[in-house]
Amino acid sequence: MASSHGAPPVFNNKVIAWIDYRLPIFSYIEKEYHTFPTPRNFNYFWNFGAIATVMLVLMIATGIVLATNYTPHATLAFDSVERIMRDVPSGWLVRYLHMTGASFFFIAVYIHIFRGLYYGSYKAPRELLWILGVVILLLMMATAFMGYVLPWGQMSFWGATVITNLFSAIPVVGDAVVTWLWGGFAIDNPTLNRFYALHYLLPFVIVAVVALHVVALHVHGSNNPLGIDPKGPQDTVPFHPYYTMKDGFGVLCFMIVYAAFVFFAPNYLGDVANYIPANPLVTPTHIVPEWYFLPFYAILRAIPDKLGGVICMFGSIAVLFVVPWLDTSRVRSCTFRPIYKWFMFVLVIVMFLLGWCGANPPEGFFVPLSRVCTVYYFFHFLILLPVLGKIERPLPLPPSIADAVLKKKAG
Amino acid sequence: MASSSIPAGAHGEPTRRDFLMVASGAMAAVGAIATAWPFINNLNPAADTLALSSIEVNVQPIAVGQAVTVKWRGKPVFIRHRTPEEIKEAEQVKLADLPDPETDNARVVDTAKKVRPEWLIVVGVCTHLGCVPLGTKQGDPRGEYGGWFCPCHGSQYDTSGRIRKGPAPKNLAVPDYLFSSDTLVKIG
Repeated sequence: MASSHGAPPVFNNKVIAWIDYRLPIFSYIEKEYHTFPTPRNFNYFWNFGAIATVMLVLMIATGIVLATNYTPHATLAFDSVERIMRDVPSGWLVRYLHMTGASFFFIAVYIHIFRGLYYGSYKAPRELLWILGVVILLLMMATAFMGYVLPWGQMSFWGATVITNLFSAIPVVGDAVVTWLWGGFAIDNPTLNRFYALHYLLPFVIVAVVALHVVALHVHGSNNPLGIDPKGPQDTVPFHPYYTMKDGFGVLCFMIVYAAFVFFAPNYLGDVANYIPANPLVTPTHIVPEWYFLPFYAILRAIPDKLGGVICMFGSIAVLFVVPWLDTSRVRSCTFRPIYKWFMFVLVIVMFLLGWCGANPPEGFFVPLSRVCTVYYFFHFLILLPVLGKIERPLPLPPSIADAVLKKKAG
Repeated sequence: MASSSIPAGAHGEPTRRDFLMVASGAMAAVGAIATAWPFINNLNPAADTLALSSIEVNVQPIAVGQAVTVKWRGKPVFIRHRTPEEIKEAEQVKLADLPDPETDNARVVDTAKKVRPEWLIVVGVCTHLGCVPLGTKQGDPRGEYGGWFCPCHGSQYDTSGRIRKGPAPKNLAVPDYLFSSDTLVKIG
């Protein structure tokens, strides 16, 4: 079944040939995952798309197994999770894989997003590819939030209360919207039931959007660390075996770290308050979301006005949708953007600082710090990105990927 | 009745086919909305949830200066038996000092319009993001204004449950209630 660039594959196996003539799945796999010409200069940042895909599959697999033992009812949910932990064979492992997996899914996706921002992967002709990615991020956030409610612990209940109350900031219809979201006058059994239904549904919606993301990716192919388009066969290698092997290696390295957390520190990334059953009459002294929401939670609290805070929090994600048009630079990769490169690192530091602010009570110096960081976040995207693209003088681009790679090897 | 009956509109005038297209399109849109409504409405509170919407509380055991928490519609409700000093403090505040101006009298009146300043009944849900403020139990911090203090984001309420400081935009909500006697109150 070997084939060279462009020629349709010939299948020696008669069954495969028979199927492929009627439903060309084998030709598709051959074209998109075997001979697919891929830039030869990927660095390890390019592993994280594959890693995120593996995490998505793992989350769905563990989630379906958990669902067979979980009971979505306000009086039974907490105990059913404890039963999974104590009585169900291997239940503890599947649950720890699922809850730690959520964190590692976000780690993979956040690195993947940083890669896209740093190397300008969102720029033409990959704007829709990027937008589909932001849609996946939003779906992941909704799914993770609703999944966190299901164990019905104190942090589940009060996290859900705080987040659903964000919608009460909508003028006029806010309170009606919140009652509608809850299916009652407070977070209660109807809320738990619908969150469970949606938590089961949304991952499959994510799978569908990931499929579109991959289709869009394969139209113009991957970006690369140099941010210049491949000009011919000398600039690319076939996806298989080169990048199937490299992605496989990256996935294994990532799994080692993930497994270390699952087996040795499964609760490190969670909150102990979620092992206390939900109590609608007592608020925990310090409500914090899971770590992957902390920067956005800090932005919410940085604004001293309720509606303003909600707008800024949603705006911090929404601004990502228009990044392809905010960036005016002709050069994709930060490798050739001597000024913007440093601001990308500032943005990363600011995100960590925002996460730190979000993890702490909004008192003392965390208040001004979170405000300064929030201002920088929006300054970065809304002012720096359009202005710097116009005034920055990019470094000269290499004539081709092969040229740059071979020169580096020789030098 | 073949193609000759549907000529292109002369001078850009709409044809009968244009009319049919718009009319059937509009009907389809109305149908789609009508079909979507039961699915959206399905998420609203159910009849049994709504049925739990009122409770009766005997307030006789609550001594002056004490407060209790009762559960109503899945939410805490604070019932405070206010001291004369607390009432005086609440009444003397200038409306201009309040982020959400409301007189104390307007907050201690039942649905029969009877004012009972000694009983303050409010929903114990912070109007910021829905935490339960502290200040009902003995020994709880009650904030700078002697009412309630929300530990989540630092909102402070006065002895009338009005917002005085912090991110919450509104006063603690006063539910509909009716004193059927001096010691029995129906909330909701």
